[in-house]
Amino acid sequence: MSILKDAISAQLGGEVQFIEGYQHPARTVYCSVPREKFVDAAKAMKKAYALLVAEWAADETPLGRGYAIFACYRWGHEYLIVKTEAPAGAPEFPSLAKQFLPAWRFERQIQSLMGVTPLDHPDTRPWIKFEDWPADAWPLRKSFDSSKPLPRVEGEYQWIKAEGEGVYEIPVGPVHAGIIEPGHFRFQAIGEDVLNLEERLGYVHKGIEKRFESLSWEEGARLAARVSGDTTVAHGLGYCMALESMAGCDVPERAHWLRALFLERERIANHLGDIGAICNDAAFAFMLYQMMRLKEMLLRTNHQLFGHRFIMDRVIPGGVAADIDPAGREAVLSELDMLSGDFERLVVIYDENPSLEDRVRNTGILTPEKAREICAVGIVARASGLNLDCRIFNPFPPYDQYDRLELGVPVMITGDVHARTWVRIQEVRESVRILRWILEHLPSGEIAAPCGTPAPDKAGFAAVEGWRGEIIYWLQSGPAGEVNRCMVRDPSSVNWIGLEQAIHGNIVPDFPLCNKSFNQSYSGHDL
Amino acid sequence: MIRILRQIFRTGIVTEPLPEGAAAEVETVGLKLEEAVRERFRRSITIRQVDAGSCNGCELEIHAINNPIYNCEKYGIHFTASPRFADLLLVTGPVTRNMEIALRRTYVSTPPPKLVVAVGDCACNGGIFGETYASLGGIDKVLPVDARIPGCPPTPLQLMEGLTRLLGRPERRKSR
Repeated sequence: MSILKDAISAQLGGEVQFIEGYQHPARTVYCSVPREKFVDAAKAMKKAYALLVAEWAADETPLGRGYAIFACYRWGHEYLIVKTEAPAGAPEFPSLAKQFLPAWRFERQIQSLMGVTPLDHPDTRPWIKFEDWPADAWPLRKSFDSSKPLPRVEGEYQWIKAEGEGVYEIPVGPVHAGIIEPGHFRFQAIGEDVLNLEERLGYVHKGIEKRFESLSWEEGARLAARVSGDTTVAHGLGYCMALESMAGCDVPERAHWLRALFLERERIANHLGDIGAICNDAAFAFMLYQMMRLKEMLLRTNHQLFGHRFIMDRVIPGGVAADIDPAGREAVLSELDMLSGDFERLVVIYDENPSLEDRVRNTGILTPEKAREICAVGIVARASGLNLDCRIFNPFPPYDQYDRLELGVPVMITGDVHARTWVRIQEVRESVRILRWILEHLPSGEIAAPCGTPAPDKAGFAAVEGWRGEIIYWLQSGPAGEVNRCMVRDPSSVNWIGLEQAIHGNIVPDFPLCNKSFNQSYSGHDL
Repeated sequence: MIRILRQIFRTGIVTEPLPEGAAAEVETVGLKLEEAVRERFRRSITIRQVDAGSCNGCELEIHAINNPIYNCEKYGIHFTASPRFADLLLVTGPVTRNMEIALRRTYVSTPPPKLVVAVGDCACNGGIFGETYASLGGIDKVLPVDARIPGCPPTPLQLMEGLTRLLGRPERRKSR
């Protein structure tokens, strides 16, 4: 019984073909539709109230096929992947941008990097590919030699323009005023009020997706851990889970629990940093230093117990590379007591400070309707009324033990800076509780199992709730069982659009505050 | 307000002195740079951090040296928003093709002596991203590099050691 499966069957009848045995894990529904029915499938999904998770393309010429275009949808705990094919001689497909807004950027990216054209797409400007790249450089195609540097050509990016008396433009970036990643923001403003914000990203495009194709499956885990340094555990985990599902690897129970332990520690550390930084951008530096102190404490314990401050490379295919002993368990428990004591005192200070309240409330509102339209995920979605969390809807152990681990996910509806801060605050509390529970019930046993390599021409899928939100990995093996394609979708890929929407009508000086409350990854988006 | 004050007093000063012997961890800081910093900047230096394509791991640790525990300002290390005020560029990441021009422009905007320190394995040699159509490799492919602080990412202690060595060994604080 699958709502999405029924919905697409009802709309397309015999034209949709459900494929068994190709896509792993088996609970991810995988189907193929003719090219001209790709939009109808999207309409059926929209009607079923599903959200678009990701859209991507793969070059399947080594497998004796043409280009494949995939759209992945989510409803509740179901994921459904719709595939359509385009022959190598006619690399085109009908655009979904009019059905699902995030397809707008996904498809620009497909066009830019794979050279497969979305027909009837309202915006044909390249994305991530800059204007000084040769127009026919499509790095994700198999025929592209990625080891050679690209020549630079002439070209200019067409910005969206607002004109009229008193309208002026503020270009910001790519090198920002602070210790942050590069990206370009262009504001059109009248006086203090922002008329429009246009983001231009791609500055940190390191060719990660292409790089995966030249690495072994095992080395891929190291690369995945470096897609976005602050989310190293969750990205490593997403990659490993997708690979394990394809390779049929049975991960030991204790390894699952340790992965959850790492994941929750990463969540707490990043949330603490964000809460402090949001307050700092509202000129309340006290909170930044207090939170940074707590965060540093966590990172030091990580270093001491697991050998790395961000627990990088400790999630490996088949399990984990670091264990915890009884002394470590005690250290974490006493640290949590200290942490939650201090944290609760700071939350009261946050909550009772009127000047802070004045800045964070009703600022940078992403309405629930908009959040749904852009298919937002993670903290951004939960601050705008969308109840989404892979730990609940697509759980792996120990999160699948609903009856024992009651995961309370905070959902706010106001969608302002305060809501995004408050969701983080609640999640810190929840993660502290989960950590205690994990440490209390941690099963004994092995921490890693050997992970083989996948059979040729198979696909693997994983969805993991990182601290920013849902991370998607989709892997495909080639004719010799090597990496044919690795698709990464960081939460930032969709949530960046949310920032553009949330800033409308705010004043320019509130932009840093709004931006910090989203705190999306540039590296995770640009890949 | 009383709560804020109470929390401040409860926390006290958490800044730690740099441990002795940590210097051994960082060996690659160039001597040329060390000399320049001591002579010209009188043991105080203004840094502009530039992300030329990093995964943001190095940025987190550079943030961390500003936290109250490492408190790099105590040693005269100050981060500035504009390259025009900077003595030194702290560059992370492999240089991406898309950031190359911005990095060069930042370098041009920096007044002499334009010292460049490469932070992290990727900045030193391209790291796991290597040299591809999108990544040009280490910072030295684009700018003259005066010193390197390797690590993935380098820990705050390694960063602090690398930087304070430039300024001359800071006096150890008397233990409280």
